[in-house]
Amino acid sequence: MTAAPAEVVTARDASVRRGGRVIWSQVDVTVRAGEFVAVLGPNGVGKSTFLQVVLGLLAPASGEVRVLGGEPGHANRRIGYLPQRHAFAAGTRVRGVDVVRLGWDGDRWGVPLPFGGAKARAARERVDEVIDLVGASAYAHRPIGELSGGEQQRLLIAQALVRRPDLLLLDEPLDSLDVTNQASVSALIQQVCRSQSVAVLLVAHDVNPILPYLDQVLYLAHGGAVIGPPEDVITADTLTMLYGTPIDVLRDRTGRLVVVGQPDTHEHH
Amino acid sequence: MTAHLSWNLVSDVRQLLQFPFMVNALRAGTIVAVVAGAIGYFMVLRRESFAGHTLALVGFPGAAGATWLGVNEGFGFFGFCILGAVVIAALPGGRAREQSAVIGTVQSFALASGLLFVSLYHGFLTGLNDMLFGTIIGITSTQVLTLLIAGVIALVVLAVIARPLLFASIDADVARARGVRVRVVGALFLLLLGIAAAGTSQVTGSLLVFALLVAPAATAIRLTASPVAGVTLSVVIALVVTWLGEGVAYFSPYPIGFWVTTFAFALFLLASGWRALADRRLAC
Ligand SMILES: Nc1ncnc2c1ncn2[C@@H]1O[C@H](COP(=O)(O)OP(=O)(O)OP(=O)(O)O)[C@@H](O)[C@H]1O
Ligand SMILES: [Mg+2]
Repeated sequence: MTAAPAEVVTARDASVRRGGRVIWSQVDVTVRAGEFVAVLGPNGVGKSTFLQVVLGLLAPASGEVRVLGGEPGHANRRIGYLPQRHAFAAGTRVRGVDVVRLGWDGDRWGVPLPFGGAKARAARERVDEVIDLVGASAYAHRPIGELSGGEQQRLLIAQALVRRPDLLLLDEPLDSLDVTNQASVSALIQQVCRSQSVAVLLVAHDVNPILPYLDQVLYLAHGGAVIGPPEDVITADTLTMLYGTPIDVLRDRTGRLVVVGQPDTHEHH
Repeated sequence: MTAHLSWNLVSDVRQLLQFPFMVNALRAGTIVAVVAGAIGYFMVLRRESFAGHTLALVGFPGAAGATWLGVNEGFGFFGFCILGAVVIAALPGGRAREQSAVIGTVQSFALASGLLFVSLYHGFLTGLNDMLFGTIIGITSTQVLTLLIAGVIALVVLAVIARPLLFASIDADVARARGVRVRVVGALFLLLLGIAAAGTSQVTGSLLVFALLVAPAATAIRLTASPVAGVTLSVVIALVVTWLGEGVAYFSPYPIGFWVTTFAFALFLLASGWRALADRRLAC
């Protein structure tokens, strides 16, 4: 019998409060090494909050959350993170390569020695390598504030990848991309996930670009969550149960899923 | 003073260096330019120029109060600027740049109390001018030593926090997730800014700190988008405008602050023009 891959993120009966309100509760999740997981749910349901809990920036109000074998926050150097809707001000005159480089060693004290030998060379090579991987070489040397949202997004994905993380937390990375780029970035994330056995938690509003690659989807709701293979979770029955309101899941001729009747969570409060 | 410009660079420089006060002025200017150039780069990147300007003005009541009490002016500059940095860092909300109303209040209060100290201490109008607009005369060797110690401390601390500071400045959310103590780094930087502002005020005067703290960095940032090149260029520009300003101030009747500001501003305009042209060419 082969052992199952290591558990990267686990939540047991977890709940979280923000500003005195319970955002979600009774969340049970297990994500293993190398899994590609989509985090779905309507606006304000707490998807970004979930990533912040995994990062240890926010403590769960109850239950247990473990990340990479310890408390959340203890191993953040092994996590690549891309926050939500994250555009640089137009006047930010720092190059894309510098932003990616910060992902490599921006948290270290001190400055690297100028012309600092093998270590510096390794850093530069790794930075170039990920920039190439995300296809951003053409504009990586331009000031990041002058790049388009999609170009910035690719560089930020490179920044998240540069330290070969074991866990990637991507908050709506496909947000500012056009359809073609959504497909290529999704394929890229899936390739990194598979080839380097990186667990990926990806928040999305449209599941379709990533649907073929997903191992699990996590649907969050006010009172709980469901997690499982997409074909089990994205169904009318499951979602109707979860949100307590009639929901239909339609499939068009090209196989795209459309979820109809998703509730606005703000009505719960 | 027998300032006489011969238009022979070598003999002019030799003439400058004959006078101990001029040597001290150049030493002080050099130290201050290096510190202001480096710290100014991060200040401009963090959009904290307003906080920097306020800290510089806070030095004015410090110096005026110190003179009134008969204490060394340098203590007044550094004491008040560092205190001001602590106050701004402790402001609720944490992000100094978002607190412009509060910082503005601090600023006008600082100016007002400076003027109060000036009127309490009767009759030192020349001293007031020097505090506000700078002077090349009367920088003592002790002052130079104080500037040197403060400058070295500031640069060492800056070198230690440089990477997390850059990270926190351009991408606070990701930096925080990576374990950077964003608030601590920001507060430390405000302290450095206080030190830089205090030192710079002693050369250019409190009102013209822009000349060394903002203009060289803003010029450098228009010319390069690489942080290492940016810091280096900012320091070089600050040095050049300081030396030029001090040299010209020696041969002219006008205060040093005016000259340093003029050169710094001229370079800034040139760089902005060049940037606009370069961007236009890219767009075509
Ligand atoms: N810093 C905060 N303090 C208090 N409440 C917050 C804070 N940030 C978010 N919230 C609240 O927590 C809830 C969940 O927010 P979150 O950003 O996690 O939602 P989300 O699922 O990511 O939504 P979206 O799809 O719009 O990104 C929202 O009701 C929001 O108002
Ligand atoms: Mg969100």
